[in-house]
Amino acid sequence: MGEDAESPKINHTFLRDYVTEADVISTVEFNQTGDLLATGDKGGRVVIFQRETESKGESEEVLETGDCGEYNVYSTFQSHEPDFDYLKSLEIEEKINKIKWLAQQNAAHFLLSTNDKTVKLWKVSERDKRPAGYNLKDEEGRLKDISTITSLQVPVLKPADLMVEVRPRRVFSNGHTYHVNSISVNSDGETYLSADDLRINMWHLGITDRSFNIVDIKPANMEDLTEVITAAEFHPQHCHLFVYSSSKGTLRLCDMRSSALCDKHTKLFEEPEDPGSRSFFSEIISSVSDVKFSHSGRYLLTRDYLTAKVWDLNMDKGPVETYQVHEYLRSKLCSLYENDCIFDKFECVWNSSDSVIMTGAYNSFFQMFDRETGRGVTLEAWRESSKPRAVLRTRRVYTGGKRRRGDVGVDSLDFSKKILHMAWHPSENIIAIAATNNLYIFQDRVNPEAQ
Amino acid sequence: MFPKGTKRKFLDSAEEAATASGPGERGPASARTPSPSYSLQRQSLLDMSLIKLQLCHMLVEPNLCRSVLIANTVRQIQEEMTQDGTWQLMTQALAAAQCPADRLVATEVLCRQSDPAAAVAAGQSPKPYPLAGGLDEGYHSEEVVMEAGDAPKEVVSTQSYMAGPFGMGPCWEEREEDGEEEEEEEDGEESEGEDADERPEADSGPGEQVFGTFEIKQPPPPPPPDPALEELFSDVDPSYYELDTVLTGMQSAPKMGPYDLLESLSSHGPPPLSPGASCRSDLNELDHIMEIIVGS
Repeated sequence: MGEDAESPKINHTFLRDYVTEADVISTVEFNQTGDLLATGDKGGRVVIFQRETESKGESEEVLETGDCGEYNVYSTFQSHEPDFDYLKSLEIEEKINKIKWLAQQNAAHFLLSTNDKTVKLWKVSERDKRPAGYNLKDEEGRLKDISTITSLQVPVLKPADLMVEVRPRRVFSNGHTYHVNSISVNSDGETYLSADDLRINMWHLGITDRSFNIVDIKPANMEDLTEVITAAEFHPQHCHLFVYSSSKGTLRLCDMRSSALCDKHTKLFEEPEDPGSRSFFSEIISSVSDVKFSHSGRYLLTRDYLTAKVWDLNMDKGPVETYQVHEYLRSKLCSLYENDCIFDKFECVWNSSDSVIMTGAYNSFFQMFDRETGRGVTLEAWRESSKPRAVLRTRRVYTGGKRRRGDVGVDSLDFSKKILHMAWHPSENIIAIAATNNLYIFQDRVNPEAQ
Repeated sequence: MFPKGTKRKFLDSAEEAATASGPGERGPASARTPSPSYSLQRQSLLDMSLIKLQLCHMLVEPNLCRSVLIANTVRQIQEEMTQDGTWQLMTQALAAAQCPADRLVATEVLCRQSDPAAAVAAGQSPKPYPLAGGLDEGYHSEEVVMEAGDAPKEVVSTQSYMAGPFGMGPCWEEREEDGEEEEEEEDGEESEGEDADERPEADSGPGEQVFGTFEIKQPPPPPPPDPALEELFSDVDPSYYELDTVLTGMQSAPKMGPYDLLESLSSHGPPPLSPGASCRSDLNELDHIMEIIVGS
């Protein structure tokens, strides 16, 4: 662990605090191997990071035991531009809501990125060779004077500086009237779903001019609207199953084999309401902000405002595990409603072996819960408190009892620093945390491989 | 006179709850009158929610999930206030302030009501308050036709209004309070169809008229919709017109604009909803234009 020199006395605080709105990261996603990490931001840009491998690096650094390659910027491109809906006289934000990688089939990588309305398929390919040794052209491409040519050579491909090309391959537009909140690639590798507030469409990756509507919860009369779709995902193994969550805290598992339009769920997962703790905010805090299948496909992980819950697909009566993420906020719900924080949508993720779950909170805190022991740990993603290669120390929110040094009081929490988006490496203990416009990548040195 | 014992218990728990955690928690719902502090907090929550709904309408494009959640909170508060009888007072105050106008007849019968008559009575709701913005997608052409035929009426009763920014509470849960029924009887015509769980009794003369009118005007149940056409029309979002209405001041309700709403909020008198009759004709025109475009 390197000792970092203290930064000079120049006060950079004002630089640190200034955040360009467009740079705020809005989604983070690892690809299937974990070698690539994509982030999308509010300005419609996508930045792809690639993990260094020993063979790629020029300098032969001796990597410490347990040390993993670092992630460096691989490519940056503008995925979506701001748009305007002339019929409604409303702007369409270019903010990237979700990115999903396709499974790699050849040398190129493909990813889907979406804003509120349009999904795009991007092809990311490398070019690291260039032809050289033409007979008629010189190195710069100018025609040679024929009289100077005395011998013939065979052009060869020579290694050149790596160039990453990103090209849009498909644009799936006009599929959604409402804001797209989720996309999910099917295990069949051919289709994907996109979900907005009221409808879920299934697309074929090769067909852009039409999609198949599989869920429609729009009431005939919009006045009757009381529930919206908040997230949706395909089952990781079964290509006919998908789940979607709602603002009322319910999960619906749908089987596409049963009917073309899956308005009728196959299974409804709902936790019965506790009448003792009912309040005006009960419904709002029960709204599910994210739903994720476990890698095994057996469990579902959901996040509502105060808790993270694990559900067993075989049991729809209620969650099998409930984790309190920030129960200390329950008494503050009124203020959080006032400043709109109660509507924040936190994501949640599984680790590769489905033994640990992770989700974000406020004050740059994020929580990890070990499913076996039920214990949770609070960590912080904040530059001041974590230098590169330093060990993250656990944090605590003071809620009563003995106050320890370093505890943060509930009233001192910074609600503008929210950890909404995160990702966990598919096979190793590497996590990517988005904190406003910063991306933190943490690696577990002690147990780099998942247990 | 308070019923022995019950009132006191509720007051205690309500006050405890109120002091402990704000209007978020509440005691048992058995008592009729909540504590003053609880009432105050509940009212402020209601006001806050209404303002939020209005504001979110002004944004770039309203977040539907947030709007739905706020609207449900508003409905919940109104439901509770109706149970407590507080709603009654507000309604009467407002009724005194405004000239009663005819009821606006809602278009949709397909609520979760088994009894069609009750559903229609339930349907006697004001048009969604434009605050809801993008939620008003439901203004399809067939609804417009029905509205025009029924002579869009302004809603006075705040009870109906409070049914929710999307409109009425046909989607409300059943309420079993007996006292509520009495209140409805008292209100007579004005209260007709105000509540979600209308019972057939509420379907008196005007209700039947409405139902009859409804039957005449209602277009035949649509055949399996042509997906292309539906997509086309689904893009026709009447929220555009609602936004216009809100910004320019509601035309059918000249007394109340969005800023008037905020003023009236402070006096605890939510304004009636405005259907915006002119919106309907505009919508008709728009649909006509779309048909021409599609036809060509």
